[in-house]
Amino acid sequence: MILKTLVVDAQELERRTGWVIKPEGACKGEVCVPLPTMTGTAQVDARVLAERLRMPLLHDEVHDVWCLGPEAGGHTLSSAVLPDIVLPDLEGNPFALRELRGQKVLLVAWASW
Amino acid sequence: MHPQGLEIVTVALDTAGAEAVRPWIEAANPDHPSLIDQAHLLDELLGVVNVPNGVWIDEQGMIVRPPEPAYPRRPTSFRRLDSARQDLVEGELSPQQRRAREVRGEVRKIRIEPEAYIAALRDWVANGAASRYTLAPDEVMRRSHARPPEVAEAAASFELGQYLHREGHADAAIPWFRAAHRLQPDNWTYKRQAWTLVDQEQGPNDVYDGDWLSDVRTIGAENYYPPLDL
Repeated sequence: MILKTLVVDAQELERRTGWVIKPEGACKGEVCVPLPTMTGTAQVDARVLAERLRMPLLHDEVHDVWCLGPEAGGHTLSSAVLPDIVLPDLEGNPFALRELRGQKVLLVAWASW
Repeated sequence: MHPQGLEIVTVALDTAGAEAVRPWIEAANPDHPSLIDQAHLLDELLGVVNVPNGVWIDEQGMIVRPPEPAYPRRPTSFRRLDSARQDLVEGELSPQQRRAREVRGEVRKIRIEPEAYIAALRDWVANGAASRYTLAPDEVMRRSHARPPEVAEAAASFELGQYLHREGHADAAIPWFRAAHRLQPDNWTYKRQAWTLVDQEQGPNDVYDGDWLSDVRTIGAENYYPPLDL
């Protein structure tokens, strides 16, 4: 996720990565990783997440923008539950894949290039 | 297969966004959701590394097959192109035409298995969880792309690159795209996307080390997609 500062909004973290900040730490599925010096659950330091969750934290110095990547280790899918993916259509209207619950779905990734 | 309960959702992985894909989507005029993924989120969240890729999701929102090659049919366009140009002899070809002919030669060697894939899809639509092609959650996770530290860093590098590109800093994006290519060389969406931003034909250029023809020949066109494991 792209960051302008090293403070990560917990709701944005959950939406983007599936990691939920709880009093006991950062949790995803059945895994909870304790976080040090937590004073609340609304915001968390990107450097702490990077260290504890093995997430790459990259910085473009010229444009002063950060990117916190996905946790390393294991496989891309740490659960078979479809992540909560919301993407726009051609007109920019957001569409949540969860709206298709109740149907079988073939999700096809393609590209114009 | 829509009457039998299958919904299709297409997702275009295109950093250039709606304007890059509008001609294709408008020509297809689909009656299913047709979405745009500028940030290549499907790479990071699902493990897509090439297109076209298909993911099967059941009625409860569980993935029952992770990303895998998903050609709906055998393409005919290259055969038509060859036929139209068969009267051109080698010496009359421009360098661009010669390269295009070489690309078509490699494309023909690429293994695609649309018949087997569509048969499996029909079986799943008819039989659901009882289909032999439905995978258990542990197997779905096991088959999804491995994510060692370099692959996680490739995802962050690519995201930073595409963000800078979209913000109008095309030159600043290049080192990050190059890093993504170096860190995860088997990710064709990272490579083909970045190559396209400097050359629509994905040919040799002075920005990136690779190009489509050279990189495909390095691995062998028959290995461009992994074999379907149905």
